[in-house]
Amino acid sequence: MTSIFPWIILLAPLLSTAVITLFTLRWKALSSSISIAAVLVSFICSCLIFAHSTAAAAGLTWIGISGVFQVPFGLTLDPLSRTMAVLVSGIGAIIHIYSLGYMRDDEGKSRYFAALSLFMFAMLGIVLGNNFVMLFIFWELVGFTSYVLIGHWFYRDAAADAAKKAFITTRIGDFGFMLGILMVWMGTDSVVFTEIAQRLWILTSHPAFLTIAALLIFCGAVGKSAQFPLHVWLPDAMEGPTPISALIHAATMVAAGVYMLVRVAFIIQASPTALLVIAWVGTITAVMAALIATQQNDIKRILAYSTLSQLGYMVMAVGLASNEAAIFHLFTHAFFKALLFLAAGSVIVMLHHEQNIWKMGGLSRNLPITFFTFLIGALALIGCPPFSGFFSKDAILALAYERNTPIFVVGLFTAFLTAFYVMRLLVIVFFGKSRSEIARKSDESPFVMTGPLIVLALLATIGGFTFFARNFLALPIEKEVAFLVPALAIAVLILGSGLAIATYRNRTSEPLSRAFALFLIGGLSMREQWAEQAVAHGESARYYGWPKWGIYRLTCFCLAWESSFSSTSPSSADVGVEF
Amino acid sequence: MVLFIIFCPIVAAILIMAGAPARKTALVASGLMFLTTLFLLVSFQRGQRDFQHVTSFTISPEWHLSFTTGLDGLSLAMVLLAAIVTLAAVWFAGRIDKYENAFYACLLFISGGAIGAFASIDLFFFYAFHELALIPTFLLIGIWGRDNRVAAAWKITIYLAIGSFILLIGLILLYQSVPVTSRSFDIRALTVAAGSGQISADAQRHIYLLLIIGFGILISLFPFHTWAPEAYASAPAPATMLHAGVLKKFGLYGLLRLAIPLLPEGARQWTGLLVVLLLGNIIYVGLVTIAQKRLDWMLGYSSVMHMGYIFLGIASASILGATGAVVLMFAHGLSIALLFAIAGELRKRTDTLILDELGGLGKVMPFAGLAFGLGAFAAIGLPGFANFAGEILIFFGAFQNGWEMERFHIFQIATVLGLWGVVISAVYMLRAYRKTFMGTLPERFRGWKELVDLRPALRVPVTLLVGALLCYGFFPQSFVRIVVPAFRTYLTANKQP
Repeated sequence: MTSIFPWIILLAPLLSTAVITLFTLRWKALSSSISIAAVLVSFICSCLIFAHSTAAAAGLTWIGISGVFQVPFGLTLDPLSRTMAVLVSGIGAIIHIYSLGYMRDDEGKSRYFAALSLFMFAMLGIVLGNNFVMLFIFWELVGFTSYVLIGHWFYRDAAADAAKKAFITTRIGDFGFMLGILMVWMGTDSVVFTEIAQRLWILTSHPAFLTIAALLIFCGAVGKSAQFPLHVWLPDAMEGPTPISALIHAATMVAAGVYMLVRVAFIIQASPTALLVIAWVGTITAVMAALIATQQNDIKRILAYSTLSQLGYMVMAVGLASNEAAIFHLFTHAFFKALLFLAAGSVIVMLHHEQNIWKMGGLSRNLPITFFTFLIGALALIGCPPFSGFFSKDAILALAYERNTPIFVVGLFTAFLTAFYVMRLLVIVFFGKSRSEIARKSDESPFVMTGPLIVLALLATIGGFTFFARNFLALPIEKEVAFLVPALAIAVLILGSGLAIATYRNRTSEPLSRAFALFLIGGLSMREQWAEQAVAHGESARYYGWPKWGIYRLTCFCLAWESSFSSTSPSSADVGVEF
Repeated sequence: MVLFIIFCPIVAAILIMAGAPARKTALVASGLMFLTTLFLLVSFQRGQRDFQHVTSFTISPEWHLSFTTGLDGLSLAMVLLAAIVTLAAVWFAGRIDKYENAFYACLLFISGGAIGAFASIDLFFFYAFHELALIPTFLLIGIWGRDNRVAAAWKITIYLAIGSFILLIGLILLYQSVPVTSRSFDIRALTVAAGSGQISADAQRHIYLLLIIGFGILISLFPFHTWAPEAYASAPAPATMLHAGVLKKFGLYGLLRLAIPLLPEGARQWTGLLVVLLLGNIIYVGLVTIAQKRLDWMLGYSSVMHMGYIFLGIASASILGATGAVVLMFAHGLSIALLFAIAGELRKRTDTLILDELGGLGKVMPFAGLAFGLGAFAAIGLPGFANFAGEILIFFGAFQNGWEMERFHIFQIATVLGLWGVVISAVYMLRAYRKTFMGTLPERFRGWKELVDLRPALRVPVTLLVGALLCYGFFPQSFVRIVVPAFRTYLTANKQP
């Protein structure tokens, strides 16, 4: 009997998508109920399986040519995937319910819920898939749902551009990922994780080959988890509805890259070079995103850069060869970042879609529940004891302290920056005087929105305690943390918060000079020096500058050649190449 | 049964010419054809290598020429494609302003010719049926086309006539290369003869080159591809659906049916050339596609680009690659037909397909937006659609060809570049979708009465096309099981232990 549950987890959301798309597009309330029912079914089944440590599922053949190529459609049910399934469907369920409130007047509500269900299907597929091809299939499908949901308000130019950019950028990463899969398959003659693990010696006897394959697989995570240099899509992805930012672009999909790295860690950890590269990519992403976050003015973009930075921590942990620390931080981050986004969504919706933090102010009085839950999320994010983020970030920092001192120093600096930008956000949005009419008249959100906030706040608080981590997340946590590491972490936390409070208390506009912002952000080769511009354009243009120019030239050449064969082809004078 | 599928559209076309109500007759005929094909699909003996449902009428015993038809997995897949696309194309055609009867008759002739070519086991009829299908294509462009239709019609006529002519020379040489005693037009007999080494290696090399060029022109292989986008942009939508979706697959089918099994030595000799040309299709044409300013041109070029992947599968000469090529031929035919159909419907409403003048149509035409979006994502190989299954098989098949742990050879490099093509295709498709359906509606479309969604009846063909794509995308094994036995005889697993 238990063997059917894993399939129900996977197929209930798919069924919901099919039913909504085919039949109930016209009835919005019905569509949303179907979608919520499906995610609840998935959640319940995930919990049932979580309790059964002996759960197993029969596999099917997706493509099989005897003697040449076998791709089974099978499910993995080890502790990692079972725990992850509970997390994904649990947070998914909370956000489905929150969406009822957030999207209540949206004319595309049915489409939204259909895509949300499809996302649950794809994400749970990533979690449960037992081979590389399955993983890649669901990997692309979450990319597709992300495209649909970022572009939910497709009639807005910014949303349409952001959706396109997200899909194409992640596909560049998937190019490397697929190549890595091909190499591993050629080396071991299998795409199934367990079989690859058995034949790993073939790869380890070719170290250079193994390193290249591991780094190519990492490319997939670079795209999906928005690591440097493919991070450019994530801030723009905030054009989507806020529950989507919380679910897909903070808690689950962007963490899928980290999950994938942990799933194939046995390959990556066989190559020290690959590990080092991965650790540094994570570190660079963490510190760079944190630096940029200190000068953003859009509440969602600040959180987006913060997500980048935290994902950088997770990838850093993977690079330091500790799956436990990476997954631990993935979990606590999922709780507190989903919470922060949903609280931000509550602010945004109550302020009639105003996202500029300088137009808010003093909201702690009008939105007490939102404020209180946001505060918990913020404290967890900056790693304030006893909230969950303290424990998980500490685990990573302790690891870095042990294994790689330069990375530890950068990681500590990132923690300082995190405290700074989070406190800046908190002070500007919730304290001081209200700086606009709508901020003065704002009111608390309905219960469908605050309820999920309270649940998540609870999880963000207790998620880091050892008993919780060990018993519910099934993670062995290393205990002997040096005294120095938490002490330093708390010191930078106090320093960063204090500095931010001192700088931003009772301000009505950015007090730091333009030169400082230029130094911080312009120096990081970002095009937008000021956040207002960023909302309109995104940071891609300069970033893609030279490859874009190269492709532009190449395309002009091709087109000129092409038009010499053609009677009515457009002239090559003005080619429109854009990404 | 097979004869019925071939002659059903041809007889219907003749009836229509004689004055039967055009649209109704065409719909009934293509519906019957579709149902019969479904029946054949269900009753097909899986795992069997030989042709099934064979019927034969001897025409000339001393030449070993006979009208023989039958289906194996490969031809069944193609006939299924033809039947689905024909039904969809006829359904989408709607009312035609001038010479309605002749228009529908032309469509059905294309369909009958294509199916005849796919189902013929005889070399002569294989070629003759294809020619039968080509002529109405020229007529459809010349008479019912738009823009620069005369130039486009001339161009496609000249290109395809030259291609067919080179192909004819190749086929005649092929027929003569077999010793007199075993000379035959029957493809099965030729395969047996080639299998026992009766075609000399030298002859194989010459003939293979002729076939690659001849078929290549028909398939729009780089650098013989320039006819395709122009013709597709000028032709009426149903004609484009049938040509890009079905008839163009004839050349690929020919390569799989003749060139690979009969001329393995030639295939080895010219692999390098073919790989370079197909990379031209994927990379060069891909870049040209990105720069297109019109939706129909973009679709035409994208169709040319995807031929590159199918060539890659064929060039890899492994079961994996060849099977992937067939899956992709099938899937590409359905998705490109869907895209051209929607583009045609758009054009009827907006009068323009210049991307910069469009925008925001998803809001006023949600169903068209959904259908085009599904077609676009199918075309760029999103998992869940059959295109992805085909592409992944091709990449795996090509990547393993000549594999060594230490270094990359030509096929590995080709696979890397081909994979990069997947990124290119995402760029041009999403760019076009963004410019057509997303964003704000341009000022001049405000209050246009013509700008309405597709009529509800068109949901049927869209569902048919998307349904087939999804069905074989989720369960590619049911398709692979039909196709693989056809290759088992002459393609090896091609993998080092």
